[in-house]
Amino acid sequence: MFDQIIIKVLLIAAFVIFALILMKPGGSARTQAIRTITLLILLAAAIYAIVFPAVINDLAQAVGVGRGTDLLLYAFLIVFVANALTTVRKRRAQDAQITQLARQIAIRNPEFPEPTD
Amino acid sequence: MDRNPSNADTWLVIPLYNESSVVRDVVKDARVTFPNIVCVDDGSTDASVAEALAGGAVVVRHPINLGQGAALQTGLEFALGRPGAEYFVTFDSDGQHQVSDALAMVERLRAEPYDIIVGSRFLDGRTKAGALKKVVLRMAVLFERLSTGVRLTDAHNGLRALNRHAATSLRIHQNRMAHASEIVAQIGEHKLRYAEQPVHIVYTDYSRAKGQSLWNSVNILSELFIK
Repeated sequence: MFDQIIIKVLLIAAFVIFALILMKPGGSARTQAIRTITLLILLAAAIYAIVFPAVINDLAQAVGVGRGTDLLLYAFLIVFVANALTTVRKRRAQDAQITQLARQIAIRNPEFPEPTD
Repeated sequence: MDRNPSNADTWLVIPLYNESSVVRDVVKDARVTFPNIVCVDDGSTDASVAEALAGGAVVVRHPINLGQGAALQTGLEFALGRPGAEYFVTFDSDGQHQVSDALAMVERLRAEPYDIIVGSRFLDGRTKAGALKKVVLRMAVLFERLSTGVRLTDAHNGLRALNRHAATSLRIHQNRMAHASEIVAQIGEHKLRYAEQPVHIVYTDYSRAKGQSLWNSVNILSELFIK
């Protein structure tokens, strides 16, 4: 438990900071709550795995992956792709909102030509 | 049918983006036939707005560049809010469309039971397009027939005439280039009564230089499929 103590402390500190950032308020009730709980569980699991690294290896073998590092790589890929997808979706929604906003500004301020005929 | 020679019930919707060298003449020319013109400035960085106003068009401005599809939707919404507006024509700012074609399309809406008339380059032999461009446009047409059930011969013609029902039904969400396909899809969804009109597109040196590169077909497909 106390081997490689420096890296362990650093990693745990990073995850604790993420957790603190998550605690900050914002967003809509239910989805926000579910996302927060999921992330907190993930963080707790991460810290547990840092303290007891053997767990990852056991878990990897349980699901038929050779080494714990491979399992972590797969998990990382999944999280990365999920994150990329939600980012794209958020950006699309935001683009639609910006379009609405710009459209309203445009329509409210028409400029008319000088009446010369 | 009741003909309306002054076209006071018709609005031309012209998306405008950095076309200061041509837009005044395009607007002036079109105003002879259509007194009501709205140019939707899509964040031009040149003198386009002043030129359009000088030509006699009403101008609404997007504060930021959003794309041609967004500009069309803005223009349609603006025109729908004008008193007495019954017919709407989407028209290009670079002079590639013919006012006479637009007029013929509005006349058909007045006389025949259609909601939307879409211009087509391929119903007669007037328009000269390159071979590769023709092939790509044909493929787009085929793709749209299969995916929307709407049978048109020219997938990306910017000249369209709509009545009030069609203009209120359309909701263009594709801000950039994919709006043409989106309009075709919505013609199918809303079961609009549609017809095609042979139109002549003039590929001037100006429009060619600026133009609709074929690379855009890739961009259009990606915009349509990646939600």
